[in-house]
Amino acid sequence: MRLPLLALLARGPAHGYELKQDLEQLLGSAYPQPNIGQVYVTLGRLEKQGLIEGEDVEQSSRPNKKVYHLTEAGQDELRAWFEKPEDEPRVRDEFFMKLALAPQTGLADQIALINRQRRQYLTTMRSLSKLAAAENRDNRIAHLLIEGAMLHLQADLDWLERCQEELEELEGLE
Amino acid sequence: MTQGPAPVLRAEGQVTPVLRAEGLVKTHHGEGAPARAVRGVDLSLRPGEFVAVTGPSGAGKSTLLHLLGGLQRPDAGRIWLDGTRADEWSEARWAVERRKRIGIVFQFFNLVSNLSVADNVELPALLAGVPPKQARAERTALLAELGLDGKDRSLPGELSGGEQQRVALARALVNHPPLLLADEPAGSLDSKGTREVMRLLSRFHNRGQTILLVTHDARLASAADRVISFFDGRIADDAELDATPTRGTGISGVLELTD
Repeated sequence: MRLPLLALLARGPAHGYELKQDLEQLLGSAYPQPNIGQVYVTLGRLEKQGLIEGEDVEQSSRPNKKVYHLTEAGQDELRAWFEKPEDEPRVRDEFFMKLALAPQTGLADQIALINRQRRQYLTTMRSLSKLAAAENRDNRIAHLLIEGAMLHLQADLDWLERCQEELEELEGLE
Repeated sequence: MTQGPAPVLRAEGQVTPVLRAEGLVKTHHGEGAPARAVRGVDLSLRPGEFVAVTGPSGAGKSTLLHLLGGLQRPDAGRIWLDGTRADEWSEARWAVERRKRIGIVFQFFNLVSNLSVADNVELPALLAGVPPKQARAERTALLAELGLDGKDRSLPGELSGGEQQRVALARALVNHPPLLLADEPAGSLDSKGTREVMRLLSRFHNRGQTILLVTHDARLASAADRVISFFDGRIADDAELDATPTRGTGISGVLELTD
């Protein structure tokens, strides 16, 4: 959450609760319900690292709130973030380990493993469809995020299909 | 259930399936070795169910759909539509029964290219003996519903792929068939067209339409509430999908923010 918070502060000073709301609005229902405590803890860390600075602002009827702004070091950190491409996503290796090791244990059937994993993916896919249908049509960012998750799942499902084809072919030869 | 005949209650809690198949087998005899496309399939669809059949290309899922719609004849096995034995019907009988009982949409729309959109949709109604006035009313209502107002006089070739598929859907549903078969309905559409087809199938399903969808696209399949995985001519898995993920993370974890 560090860099997204810095990125939001690049626009101008804001306090913790505003930042939480900004994130929610930007990412819509695809966002994992931000925890305000986590936001404050992260802001505290960023301040300690000198990437942001906070200023207490007095409020008449409530305790002071802290408004943060980006420092120059914070700007640099953010620029470096944008300049660096991200690692590609990893194949679901835990499932693959199960698939690879199942035959020698005699405890699980490979096709049954594939079927169970497929049900899991399809169920998640269905949840994503519902999420997309419920999300505000105008929130492009949220829709792109959900679509990205669906395309990843589609690839995982295609790969399960490949595994199944290959294994059933082997079974046929035996 | 607003469309089609009401489900017939046989006994307490037992509803006649809209479609039932037992022991279906189909082998294609082309050049080279015979291809066993469907190798013993049992299947049953309850009224109002939305079932997707997925699997790799060449798994035989389209052949299965063709057998169920009477477009091809099985080598062995039996088929019932609303409890009526259908596999013994002649070609001519199938053609007549299909008009009333089954709507079909295909990957490449299969619209009549030299007929207007309006005529394409009305034709099956007129062939089924619906009075012209009523056929026109049905057509107008369906085209409006599918966002095709003002396209009545267009020829299919003047429409986008997504629009043509919507016309095909209107044509398939004009006689309120109890069963809708869809064979890769988004197979030749872009991702926007795919989402559109998905939305429309879900909408008709929510109104009680029974649907059997054949697709290799898991996104499309996930609109169904039951997914059958088809491999090498056989059902490898048949799963009811729950709307809520089995694990806690699920949908709220689409994006993971760490740190």
